[in-house]
Amino acid sequence: MISFEADLTGEQDTAMEIVKDNYQVTYKSEDSTVYCKGSLRLHGQEEDYQQINSLLDQVIELEPPTVTLNLQELDFLNSLGINMLSKFVIKIRKKKFIKVIVQGAKDTPWQEKSLKNLQRLMPSLSLTLS
Amino acid sequence: MLQTVEEKVFALLPQTFGDYLEQLPPYHEQLTLDFSPSTAPPRKRWRNNGRSADFLADFLVTCLPEIETDMDRRRQAEIKDAVSYIANELLENAMKYSDQSQGTCTRIHLYFDGSCILFLTQNNVRPEAVQAFQGHIQELLNEDTQELYITRLEESVELENSGSGLGLLTMINDYDAKLSWKFEQVEEHGSPVAIAVTTMVQLEI
Repeated sequence: MISFEADLTGEQDTAMEIVKDNYQVTYKSEDSTVYCKGSLRLHGQEEDYQQINSLLDQVIELEPPTVTLNLQELDFLNSLGINMLSKFVIKIRKKKFIKVIVQGAKDTPWQEKSLKNLQRLMPSLSLTLS
Repeated sequence: MLQTVEEKVFALLPQTFGDYLEQLPPYHEQLTLDFSPSTAPPRKRWRNNGRSADFLADFLVTCLPEIETDMDRRRQAEIKDAVSYIANELLENAMKYSDQSQGTCTRIHLYFDGSCILFLTQNNVRPEAVQAFQGHIQELLNEDTQELYITRLEESVELENSGSGLGLLTMINDYDAKLSWKFEQVEEHGSPVAIAVTTMVQLEI
């Protein structure tokens, strides 16, 4: 379930999050960042990735000037998950005015191998592995 | 005489694609896991793919030389991560494309000879799905896989699908893995009853 908290009286301080046993996806509007944590090796046809997809679509609809994708605590991602993040980047690229920053961890080997592909989809995307 | 699609497919077997090793070299270490389709509901089995892949990766690490330097540590983490990713993708594919009606096991073998890791997954496929599958294999073997990767992703947004074959493409592009396949007929009392496909992934370390 996506929990959606919006402070209707303030400056759109929004938090959306999906929390499961082995993964967590959260969007925090104060830093326009999507945090993905844990292990995303979910089934594509079932509701799991669809839930995350809807959260990511909602982030695009908010149209922040910059979106940061923080994957530093994302231990595993299967190819269906790679597809999901790639689609997110392609959809943002089509918006033209939203910048994307991807933050990864250099100690997580798959990130060094596979995250550069996001840059191939959107050359202006900034990728940092720390 | 007119042949059905099924008969045409059976008539061509056995078939191999890519650099398939018919005779395996003497591998020192090996592990085989069999999964029966009836033991758990699909959703639970899907979750078990990740656990099984991690188990295979943990096993492989025990076969590696002792860690002496930070570089060894980094290299070991890379190998463990690669085995876990590849095994998980192979198990997910076997589960997605298996002919569930046959009630046969899906099998994954892991071999290691000190410099090459070999993964083999075996599962049955529906005869009517073989042609499309082999067409996809030809693309992987003959086209620019970097271009194919981007094309698949762009298409997946347009077609709203989950990016067909992306797992195999990442193995080739990001892990420098060599892929090959063998299609064989499964016989019962001398008659062909199913088609078994073996996917082979070779990973030099």
